[in-house]
Amino acid sequence: MSSYTLSVNDQNHTVEVDKGTSLLWVLREHLGLTGTKYGCGIAQCGACTIHVDGSPMKACVLSVEDFSNGQKIKTIEGLSENADHPLQKAWIEVQAPQCGYCHSGQIMQAAALLENNPSPSKEEIKAHMNGNICRCGTYLRIVQAIQLAAQNQ
Amino acid sequence: MLSTSKNNGTLNRREFLKSSSGIALFIGASGIFPALISCSDSKKIQEQFEKHAITAWVKISEDGQIIIYNPASEMGQGSMTSLPLIFAEEMDADWTKVKVEFSPQESETYGSPGWAPGSKMMFTVGSRTTNSYFNTMRTAGAQARAILLHAAAQNWKVPVEELSAENSVVSHNGSDKTITYGELIPYLVAVETMPDVSEVPLKASDKFKLIGKEIPRTEIPSKVDGTAQFAIDVRLPDMVYGVLERGNLHGAKPTLLNESEILGMEGVIKVVPYDYAIDVIASKLEQALKAKSQLKIDWSSSDASGFNSEEIYQEYEKIAAQNQAGEVITEEGDVSNALRNASKVYQADYKNDYVYHAQLEPLNAVIQVSEDLQNAEVWVGSQQGMDTKLGVPGVLGIPPENVNVHLQYLGGGFGRRSLSDFVEECAVLAKEVAPKPVKLIWTREDDLRYGTYRPMSLQRIKASVDSSGNINAFSHTVVGDGGNLVASGIQNDHYAIPNQFADWRSTTHGIRLKHWRSVGHGPNKFAIESMLDQIAYDQKMDPVDLRRKLMANSPRALATLEKAVEISNWSQPSPEGYAKGISFVEHGSLGTGVCEIFLNKETGEIKVNRVWIALDAGTIIQPDNVKAQMEGGIIMGISSALKERISVVNGQIQQSNFNDYSLLRMQDSPDIIETVLIPSGETPQGVGETATPMVAGAIANAFLQLTGKHLRHMPFTPERVLEALDS
Repeated sequence: MSSYTLSVNDQNHTVEVDKGTSLLWVLREHLGLTGTKYGCGIAQCGACTIHVDGSPMKACVLSVEDFSNGQKIKTIEGLSENADHPLQKAWIEVQAPQCGYCHSGQIMQAAALLENNPSPSKEEIKAHMNGNICRCGTYLRIVQAIQLAAQNQ
Repeated sequence: MLSTSKNNGTLNRREFLKSSSGIALFIGASGIFPALISCSDSKKIQEQFEKHAITAWVKISEDGQIIIYNPASEMGQGSMTSLPLIFAEEMDADWTKVKVEFSPQESETYGSPGWAPGSKMMFTVGSRTTNSYFNTMRTAGAQARAILLHAAAQNWKVPVEELSAENSVVSHNGSDKTITYGELIPYLVAVETMPDVSEVPLKASDKFKLIGKEIPRTEIPSKVDGTAQFAIDVRLPDMVYGVLERGNLHGAKPTLLNESEILGMEGVIKVVPYDYAIDVIASKLEQALKAKSQLKIDWSSSDASGFNSEEIYQEYEKIAAQNQAGEVITEEGDVSNALRNASKVYQADYKNDYVYHAQLEPLNAVIQVSEDLQNAEVWVGSQQGMDTKLGVPGVLGIPPENVNVHLQYLGGGFGRRSLSDFVEECAVLAKEVAPKPVKLIWTREDDLRYGTYRPMSLQRIKASVDSSGNINAFSHTVVGDGGNLVASGIQNDHYAIPNQFADWRSTTHGIRLKHWRSVGHGPNKFAIESMLDQIAYDQKMDPVDLRRKLMANSPRALATLEKAVEISNWSQPSPEGYAKGISFVEHGSLGTGVCEIFLNKETGEIKVNRVWIALDAGTIIQPDNVKAQMEGGIIMGISSALKERISVVNGQIQQSNFNDYSLLRMQDSPDIIETVLIPSGETPQGVGETATPMVAGAIANAFLQLTGKHLRHMPFTPERVLEALDS
């Protein structure tokens, strides 16, 4: 066991875990930030997408020791103050989720897109979001929600 | 009649006011929680009453807040809104004040009519939720309204007939008196005689204010900020973690070769052997997973050993060719005679490989068993079951009432969560570590390799036309494992073909199987709809004209066909390289779908570009949600028709995760899925499984239009498409 200090959603958290522990388990099971989901464990589905220093990354394949050096980690819980990010509002407006399990990851992936590209084309959206699987098949509404958020922001 | 029970401390807090046939009113000790419970057996009501602080369909508080219970699973299909909405409609409740909670898992109180006459069940399967609960929720809501009106009438000393209700407000038609539902609560306590509400009138559909309107889903806000709780998110003090290694050969028995080494690993608490797996319990999830990766297991052979899923189709063809019929499902007219005397006979085989549910939340549960092993608390995302306690009482050897199931949101169901194997598995672990709670997690690899698949099957169809070109015989044999799992959807209830025959011929391979969204409808509708287009193509008929004739006696089915033709501009040719195909499905609701595909002839890749659906689902509760179900159903249909495939070599499952089991992603999805809902006042019908089985037939039929070739083996992978093009 080692001690690691992580900066998550602008707060420092210290955890005692083994080196090599996945950042996903640290966030979910040690820190209780369960909005970030486990889907595949091999960076294929995107359910665990978080931001590290503003870039979208798959938490399931990140080791805790590589992300305890002051990197700014942001999860869905830290995306906005009152669940009022333009994407979150647009997501509700178009009624995007079905089961909803993948949608934290979808929203985090989309948020990173809008940070860098405030008015993405449909093709840019699809290319950027292609790593995030939705088994319920809400893809069309996700595209709509991102387009709507881009307009509204 | 007032009856009061003071048998124990629990009952002392409340009064049991009234039990007429079908209704009871409970008043909490403070007098502010009247609650309605729909149950015909007053003894059962009393039992319920003893178990739950307040157990009923609705709770009202004096500030006007209303809690309505949802008895069904919420797996994205919208039950958390649709069922309470139906209740609120008849109650004339102010929807903006309604909060929805899951009901207790007690089918006697909260069940809808089950499959056996007079039975009740809580089982979110077969797209039955809205259909089976429609009358239950309407009646319960109307009963709640009747009791509230009765209380107001007594208070005002006016006849109840002079009262009306709207938006949680009761008005007296002869004066300007009004009172809100919340304000009525003190008077409810004082009600001494209760009205008979066993037969309450229901609203006429033209008076609906909520049903059929665009009402946002209640739980969606919690699904955009990470607060929606799935079972996998549950965390309890002192909780430990369990994971199982199950191998990739279904039915194989494990022998653990390094138990002492595993027990010596950091955090490991216990090793628990199962018939089919080895479990590790550890203090932390990462410790359990690390230990799992170090297990050295010797696996026995099993019933699946030696089975190869690709090669077995040759055996299936032989079975299909045998003269002896299997279990006969449909027999109308004389198919043999019609085929013999036909003008032309068509025959083709259709195949489908195993597919996997791939619900995005892997199976998991959290269970805490009391120290004396006599009680259990269960947190689970489940589609429920005939046993609402999900097998836990059996595992623990305790009565069902000692098990409390806390239903959580499901991260996808699709049929997989209608099997409680994972819940029973968790109960075994919870008993081992009692009174500590345990979270069981299946890794994606566990979930996929030890999955329960939609069975592979082979469909042999022989059909014929008479001298006028009319289809006069249709014979359909399905070969595969699992009975209804391969045979559902083989009937043609809406096609008037005078001579029809369908049978199921059994095989078995020791591979785990389960209902997968739309069950046998997927493969069967693919085969049926493909054969119809083959005949139309050969007879130089428009596939729509052919179906118009067949649907002559089924006006509702025909209306979906005509509407789909209209919205897809069917008669207008698609651009170069594109083509449209059509397909009809009945699965509770009736739907016709049109897919427009683009084919890359170099790579063999098919892209579904646009989809149109016309659906008759009877009365629609939430129109936008029905459209969402069509969209999701189509995406899952495209995914399974083009990409998804579990293969088995020597009994071993060859895929393990989303790197080798492909699902449709955003870039491969259609740009447009347009749904038109046919207006109807009929009983609502299920919508969750009507779109998925439309897709494969519509794609294959578009491919036929485009190339003159047939796709007859799902999934239509690029290799198989190129092979078809070369044939």
